[in-house]
Amino acid sequence: MNVQAWTFALVSLSFALYIGVAIWSRARSTKEFYVAGTGVSPLANGMATAADWMSAASFISMAGIISFRGYDGSVYLMGWTGGYVLLALLVAPYLRKFGAYTVPDFIGDRYYSQTARMVAVVCAIFVSFTYVSGQMRGVGIVFGRFLEVPVEIGVLIGMGIVFFYAVLGGMKGITYTQVTQYCVLIFAYLVPAIFLSILITGNTIPQLGFGGVDQVSGTFLLDRLNGLHQELGFAPYTSGTKATIDVFAITAALMVGTAGLPHVIVRFYTVPKVRDARLSVGWALVFIALLYTAAPAVAVFARMNLINTVSEQPYSEMPEWFTKWEDTGLISFDDRNGDGRIQFVGPGAVDARGATVENELAIDQDIMVLANPEISGLPNWVIGLVAAGGLAAALSTAAGLLLVVSSAVSHDLLKRGFKPDITERGELIAARVSAGAAVIVAGYLGINPPGFVAEVVAFAFGLAAASFFPAFIMGIFSKRMNREGAVLGMISGISLTAAYIVYFKLVNPAANTAEHWWLGISPEGIGTVGMLVNFAVAWTVSRYTPAPPARIAHLVEVIRVPSGVGEAREIGA
Amino acid sequence: MRLGVPRPLAVSPPEAANCSTMTSDPSRDTSSSPTAYWRRNLTYVGSLLAVWFVVSYGAGILFVEQLNTISIPGTGFPLGFWFAQQGSIYTFVVLIFVYVVLMNRLDRKHELDEGEDG
Repeated sequence: MNVQAWTFALVSLSFALYIGVAIWSRARSTKEFYVAGTGVSPLANGMATAADWMSAASFISMAGIISFRGYDGSVYLMGWTGGYVLLALLVAPYLRKFGAYTVPDFIGDRYYSQTARMVAVVCAIFVSFTYVSGQMRGVGIVFGRFLEVPVEIGVLIGMGIVFFYAVLGGMKGITYTQVTQYCVLIFAYLVPAIFLSILITGNTIPQLGFGGVDQVSGTFLLDRLNGLHQELGFAPYTSGTKATIDVFAITAALMVGTAGLPHVIVRFYTVPKVRDARLSVGWALVFIALLYTAAPAVAVFARMNLINTVSEQPYSEMPEWFTKWEDTGLISFDDRNGDGRIQFVGPGAVDARGATVENELAIDQDIMVLANPEISGLPNWVIGLVAAGGLAAALSTAAGLLLVVSSAVSHDLLKRGFKPDITERGELIAARVSAGAAVIVAGYLGINPPGFVAEVVAFAFGLAAASFFPAFIMGIFSKRMNREGAVLGMISGISLTAAYIVYFKLVNPAANTAEHWWLGISPEGIGTVGMLVNFAVAWTVSRYTPAPPARIAHLVEVIRVPSGVGEAREIGA
Repeated sequence: MRLGVPRPLAVSPPEAANCSTMTSDPSRDTSSSPTAYWRRNLTYVGSLLAVWFVVSYGAGILFVEQLNTISIPGTGFPLGFWFAQQGSIYTFVVLIFVYVVLMNRLDRKHELDEGEDG
């Protein structure tokens, strides 16, 4: 069987599986729709959280980014895992004890304010849409390259699948499909990683393999790679080029953003008890770490393979994968010196006589994971598997995000906002209709991406870091924090972060260089500053405004101890 | 502000480390009031976040260059690079499970356990 047949078979099989699971676990009540009836086991919830969290960015893009940036790519590894420590220690158990359906629910009740609830609704919807359009784009790329259908058709198929199980199954359907999708995606990620590790280093475990010995040169793989980088004029792989303060700020923004992203947080509302919430964050990170510790190994293997395959090789002898990716526009070669060979070099490259060598090859870093099995000549079924895994990652995240959007509309805007007398049945219909509408908007954004999809991802993390995280922490750990402080804190944190990102990414992209950045902090890291501003403003304002009512102080005391969890919505409503 | 929170816990490791001295105070062990429970919880959180900070921001970012001069024996990993791309993630997993065990024990001691069926 060829690559396309294998891809078609594996993708169809996985889709049939998701639909089967969705039918088996469809939601019958609002409680099942929003929080899966709070009956999900910590292990299953951990797995679902891992699939929910690991998006097309983690599966498709991350190893590629690390492969191109070396040490500087570490910000994603530490940032996207370290946030789970914050979740387990500072956020998840208390929000589970509070027992709400959505993130704006907590903000609105704890800060006894409709304004706070509406600020949270707007942030939740914005963050989720930003994120979901990227997922749909990922779906389109996989379909376009491996099944050779147009990107639009690919997005439509992806939309259809997500529509089916998110609208039908709600949180319950999503949870169990995500468990299935986790299994598909982790298998699809680890199989090629293990193959490559054995081929290159002889070690079965990729996490150890990339610290091992390169079978060809007999030296340590990382030393060999640093040596190649030096010859070709790239910066050394194992040390960074970014300023320390920026690495620090980006890592912090990603960690804190992770602990404030609504689609991740709602997952911890689905378990029965507070201690299950803690345990389930632990399981989630175990399942995430399986992929995240393999990613830097995949990055190194991909880098070695790429350099060995293309550097100084004749263009006419490039294998089939090279020309296929050229067709998608994600690889391009420009023979500047007319020697018919590919010069793939960094900015400092010189030849034997000391003359500057120009780079002739442009590669989109997003293709590294997808192209890697082909570059290394792995069997066709592995390539099909990687495509199915990429789709599982994109679809599982998209579904979780769409649920946040739909519950923000049906629960926070209607039930708790404009139409409090809505019936359970009416609310469930509203939830399904808004999930359906959200799928369509997301699909539109996937087919017609605003030119700045990659840029707006910085928004999602920056805004979550600058808005939700401080509001959660202060709401749980300080009884004195009041409505005025929280609302002004959120607004100032968001405004600063949004203004900084909009200025450098949209208004004046030419100035987006280190010398123009404030304190040397890039737009990706500004969420950290936004978070600090939020804390500072909220603290100051709360000192000069009335303390919250006694029932809120009591509510905070109740949240802090685990016993008597009870039904969702019992407390604080 | 008595509980010292509207301030990013992430950037105050020295203070978090100081909290851990409270663990040796035996008078709090016998108390079962919610205040004692909460204090002990904050101590655990502070100590674990201190480790979290040292491993990721310390070893993985601030002191990465110094640590990169050492490589892990028998491997090609420069130590700082390993912490940034592997070690910090393993440590995060361990930290969460340590917290789970500590808190389950604390819940039982304060009889705040939620029971088998919730």
